[in-house]
Parts: sequence; C-alpha cells; structure tokens
Amino acid sequence: MKVVVIGGGPAGLAAARAAAGAGADTVLVDSEPTLGGQFHRGDPQRVDPRVRHLANSTVWAVEGMRLHVRTGPADSPSRTGETLNADAVVLATGAHDRVVPFPGWDLPGVYTAGAAQALAKGQKIAIGHRVVVSGTGPFLLPVAESLKAVGAEVLRICDANTGLGWLGRPRAASPAKLAELLGYAVRLGAAWRPRTAVVAAHGEDRVNAVTVAKLNPDWTIRSQERVAVDAVCVGHGFTPRLELAVAAGCVLTDGFVQVDHTGATSVPGWYAAGEVTGIGGADLAAAEGEVAGAAAARGACPTKALAKVRSGRRFAAALADAHPIRPGWHTWLTDNTLICRCEEVTYKDLRAAVDLEASGTRTFKLTSRIGLGLCQGRTCARAAVDIATALSGDRRTFFTPADLQRRPIATPLRLAELASLPEEDL
Amino acid sequence: MDVVVVGAGVIGAACADALSAAGLRVTVLDRGPLASGTSAAGEGNILVSDKEPGPELDLALSSLSRWPALVGDTDIEWDPKGGLVVATGDPAPLAHFAAVQREAGVDARWITPAEALEREPHLTTRVTAAVHYPQDAQVQPVLAAQALLSNVRRRGGVLRPGVTVVGLDARGVHTSEGVIACDHVVNACGPWSGEVSRALGAPIAIAPRRGMVLVTAPLPPTVHHKVYDADYVGAVASGDADLQTSTVVESTAAGTILIGSSRERVGFDESIRIRVLRELARKAVALFPSLADVPVMRAYGGFRPYAPDHLPVIGADPRVPGLWHATGHEGAGIGLAAATGALLAELLTGATPHLDPTPFRVDRPGVLECA
Repeated sequence: MKVVVIGGGPAGLAAARAAAGAGADTVLVDSEPTLGGQFHRGDPQRVDPRVRHLANSTVWAVEGMRLHVRTGPADSPSRTGETLNADAVVLATGAHDRVVPFPGWDLPGVYTAGAAQALAKGQKIAIGHRVVVSGTGPFLLPVAESLKAVGAEVLRICDANTGLGWLGRPRAASPAKLAELLGYAVRLGAAWRPRTAVVAAHGEDRVNAVTVAKLNPDWTIRSQERVAVDAVCVGHGFTPRLELAVAAGCVLTDGFVQVDHTGATSVPGWYAAGEVTGIGGADLAAAEGEVAGAAAARGACPTKALAKVRSGRRFAAALADAHPIRPGWHTWLTDNTLICRCEEVTYKDLRAAVDLEASGTRTFKLTSRIGLGLCQGRTCARAAVDIATALSGDRRTFFTPADLQRRPIATPLRLAELASLPEEDL
Repeated sequence: MDVVVVGAGVIGAACADALSAAGLRVTVLDRGPLASGTSAAGEGNILVSDKEPGPELDLALSSLSRWPALVGDTDIEWDPKGGLVVATGDPAPLAHFAAVQREAGVDARWITPAEALEREPHLTTRVTAAVHYPQDAQVQPVLAAQALLSNVRRRGGVLRPGVTVVGLDARGVHTSEGVIACDHVVNACGPWSGEVSRALGAPIAIAPRRGMVLVTAPLPPTVHHKVYDADYVGAVASGDADLQTSTVVESTAAGTILIGSSRERVGFDESIRIRVLRELARKAVALFPSLADVPVMRAYGGFRPYAPDHLPVIGADPRVPGLWHATGHEGAGIGLAAATGALLAELLTGATPHLDPTPFRVDRPGVLECA
C-alpha cells in the first residue's frame, strides 16, 4: 500500500504521520527545502522517520494514480525526476494569498500578507517603517503582530468587514480561539479599523502614500483620506491551490475540493486535507490531515481528530461568513488599474473582452490575455473573473472555479526535461 | 429568410458572417460560450504549405485572399510570417511536394539549408532541404472568430451562447430554450457535428481527433516563421488511430512559443498523456536544439473535426430539406473558414459558387450515416 502525500504543511505532515502509522509505505512530496509549509515558516518541522520525504519536489503532472515528480531547485538545470505509482494520494497543497486589486497595488512596497509575514518570520525583515495592513480576515492580526515584532510601525489595520458575523454563531469558535482573538484585540486594538480599506497606493518608483477609505457594507467608498506610508500589506483571505485536484478530476464545491468526513474526494483513492478543502487554519488542517492520512492508508479512524474536524469546520464556515469579499471593490478600480501583472492587462482590457462576449474562462483569457503569463492566473484570475461576471450584467457567463485552475502542467519544466523522460516513466 | 447557425466557432462565425452579409436574418447558437471549442484550442494557422494540390488547397487559396477583407481594421493579430518546411533526411519527397504545389498556384520557394539557417538562426544544422512559403499566415483564432461574430451582430444578427440544440422539425429548431422558427439550419459544430447531426435526424460521419500543444514561457524573438518538419504532411493526411506527432514550432505575438502537434483518435477523452507531450518536446528540441532549456509553461488540448476522407463537408443535407453542414476541417478550420462561409452562403442563396462545391458535398461516400 503506497500513500503519496502532496504538501508538507500542517495537513500534509499530519497525513504522512497517520499514513505511516497505519503501516503504509508513505512518501511526502513538498516543494520547499524544509517541512512545515507557510504556517511553520522559519521553524522547520520533522516528520516520522518511516516517511520518505522528497524535499524541493513538485508533482508537475498527474495521470490517473501516477504522479510525475521533479526534484531540485526550480531554476536548476540538474533536477531529477521520478514517477510515483500511488495506491492513494492525499492532497494537502494549501493555499496562497488572495488579494483584490486596486490602483497602485503593483507598486514596489505593496506586499501580500503572506509575503510580508514570511519575510518577518523567516528572515526577520520588516517590509517598511510605516505600514498599513489592509484586507479582511483574522489573518491580518498575526501578520500585523509579526510586522511589529521586527520593528515596523503598524499605522492601521483596515478590515473591510466588521467581523461581527461571529456574534450570530456562538458555537463556531472554541474558547481557545476566542482567547487568541482577545489577545490580539488587547495588543493591536488601537490600530484596528473595521469597514475601512486601502483603496489606492501612490508613488512613482515605490509606494509613498495610500488612500484609506471608510466603506459601506458593500465595500463602496463613503469617504477617504491620504496616509503617508513606506509599505503596504494586503490580504483578502486565501485561494486554494487546486491544479492537482482539478487534474485528478476531483469535484469542487464553492471553489474548494469536495470531501466527505474522512477527506475522500469524488475520485476513488484521492483524499484532500487542509486549506484545499476550506480555509480554517493550521489546527483544523492538521486534524483533517490525520483523518485523511489514516483513511488513505485504510487504517483505523482517529476519532479524536475526527471530532476536531467537525468543530473546526463549523469555525471555518463562520470565518468565511464573517469575511466575505463584497463587490464594491470593483468601484475602486480605474481604467488603467492593472489586474494581471504578468501580461499587463488592465481593467479597461477586461471590459473590452466582456464587450466581445468572451464569457467562458478560455475565451476570456485568450481575448484579454489575463492569466496567460508566468503565474498562469494564480494571482489574478479569480479577481478578473469576478470583474467579468459583474460587467456581464444580465448576460450569461460560463466561468467555473475548475476552469480557472486547469493547468495540466502544474509547475513549469524545461523542454529538455520533458524530452528526456525515460520510457518506464510513461 | 431566417437561418439558424449552430456552433459559434470560426466556421459557424464565417457562415453567419457571409449569410448576414447576403441579407439573411441570422441567429447563432452555441451550447457554450462563443468561440470556446476547437477555435480556442489551436494555433490559428492560415496555411497553404501543408496542402497538396486538390480541392482543399483551392479552398485554402480562396480563403487566404478573403480573410483580410472580412475582418477589416479589427486586430486579430494577423501575422503574415510565412512558413518554413524543413527536411532533415532525404530531400526528394519535399522537393516533389513543393514542385506540384507550385504548379497549383502556391508560392513555394526552394531554398538552401544555409538560407534556411539565415531565416531561422536557431534551427538545427542537420537541415538537408527547405521550402519557404511566404503565403502562410497566423491569426489569434478567438479574436478572428469574435471579429466575424461582431459583423453578424452589427447587421442585426442574434448571438445566443448557452443554448443547446435538441431536434429539428417543420416548426424549426428545437433547443434547450424553446423552438426557433427558421427556413434553414447550418450545422457548424466542429468535432461535435456528428452528435448534433444525429440530434437533427441526419447523421454524418464526423469524429474528433485530439491534438495537444505545448506553450513555453515568453522569450525574446527566437522563431520567426511557422517552422515544421517535412513529415507533417504525411500525418495530416493519415487516418491512423495511433498517436502521430510531427514538429510544428512557432512564436506568438506575446513571445511564447507554441509546439505542436499531435493527432490521436481517443474520442472526447481530455486527460493529459505525458507520452504525447514527451514526443512533442523531443521533436521540437531536435529541430531547435537551443530551446532545450526553455521552460514549458502550459499545455492545452483540443479536438479537431475530421471526415473519413479528410475533406471538409460543406453543403445541403440530401435527407432533411433546409439542413446544411459546414464542418470536418480538421486542424485547418481557421484558414479555411473564410472561403467555407462564402461557399455555404452561395449554395444556400442559390448564387453561383466561387469554386466547385462537388468535392465537399454531403452525400459523398463515407460521410452519410444511417439514421
């Protein structure tokens, strides 16, 4: 029984441990040199010695239960390759920052929340001296705290929502979670501004000021003021990394991999855990990983972890409800606001594509060139499709979350690497 | 007269464009978004170089002269880059092919390997012979289809994406959104034309043949023409079910390099096959050794519509009055669309056809299937 776990964050680590514990021959494939994922950045984790850990490795393509892996630094000419034939796979590929675009978001000095935190935690570098943090969601709070810890002055923490959605869901949060939030409130409360947002960044070569707006509940602008800064940090929750799930044929629901209580996806033998199944934080991810790893290895169900999964998912649902992305952000954009940085596609270009009735993902990309560059739409495609859907008004559109994540080559590889694949790997 | 065109790819768009220009009231239906099937999965070739003398070459030459006028000032990334066909083995078959093409009116210029390397400095030095085809061009196929559909819209035609055709009778076309009354129906559903023809009660033998293309990261100008291996011609004309690949390498306006092309008969199976991608990569590196270290950014696949005798099907269905077909163009649909639309409109309105329609007729052997 061979179980391959993809992703070495909290979910993947727990899944690998559980699968190995259940007696499966377990391989953990992770793209980083050390284990731990985004959550444990700067604090490398260990894994059960029975697990074969493939560091610096990515699964670049999926054919049924066969996974094609490359190992070595991404830009190295001497990467090696292998093919893993799995009996079961646990997808724990996590999520990356979601950012809604605004005028000036492409200026140097504007960072995603994840990048700012990685710099602070991993390299003890502050992104600036005078920083505004903007976006929505509880993740902004630990990020602001990391920035303060490395010496940045956090002028504002702008959450475009109020976060009051919590109040209607008293069962959602555990006492530990409430205590954690209370701690942040005490330490950061003075800077926290509900229903505000950075709606523009200004500067020539680098950001030197931002426009901070008070927002209506739909995120349209009520009033605005200019604040001098030397860095901005933005985060609007997370986008799951779904290309491998889509390549494997897993059904998505509401933009996440659909799983049952054991983490089983719609495709036999494929399991998923962590942020790819819903944004819920590291504790939930670890519990989901433990359950999915055991299920993938056909081991006994860890009942304690399963209970954690159930309560954790209630928390995750409440979190999503309390921090929606409201369409008013479209009104922050100007004709020349860049939406796709790789291909330099502006808001005006998207409108032109909508005017040509480019109403499906593929035609929209080919018409506007959105998402055709090096990042393959990972940063911009979701925002672009939201814009296109809004601009289409009453006209029919055909965008699906799966289409946005359809990347049969999940990570780039050189032509020579592809050309030299040995016969036995095909 | 009212016409319903089923299929909003480049062939349907060209038919609708020509029909609306002839004064007919046109409605274009597509079960999905406009121009999202085969037209959104190809390289946008407008080629004469790969065609042997015969009816398809006549259609290609006619199309080549018609395309520019159809799109006017609209930017469809028209690039008259020219084709370069190179042989790395025995040059005799390529020489013969080019000679008969020249007799049929193709501008096919025999050049030396040294001249080929001057045109394409990154080409392998193993080239033994080369032919330059200045007439070959490329467009961005989705923009091209949209330009034609915009003409239709401007003339008062109606575009209805998201509408599926389920049948045809005296009242008109039955769709997922009710009956649309009309005098004529044009089946322009590309690889799905076989399925749609069955729904319309007049089955034709059009089947899908899958192709895959690799796309590299953007590069500074490296490949200037559409460059392909002389074995391409054999693959296009073959009906074998097995995988066939032949190297086709070209760059796009965005700087990416497209590497085609494979042909497989696997039905509508969309799953990726690494073996196919490996073959494409191998042959591309053999033709352009300096591309070895270039990253492949994505791969995409699509389905080409093919008829058993590899000729397009353009004309009236002899079994169902008012039903027409325009399909079966394989990987040449973008290039052949302009003349296909014109010919279909001429036949439908009773005008004199600008070229002989007989080779493309629907009731030729192998195309009609039993209902």
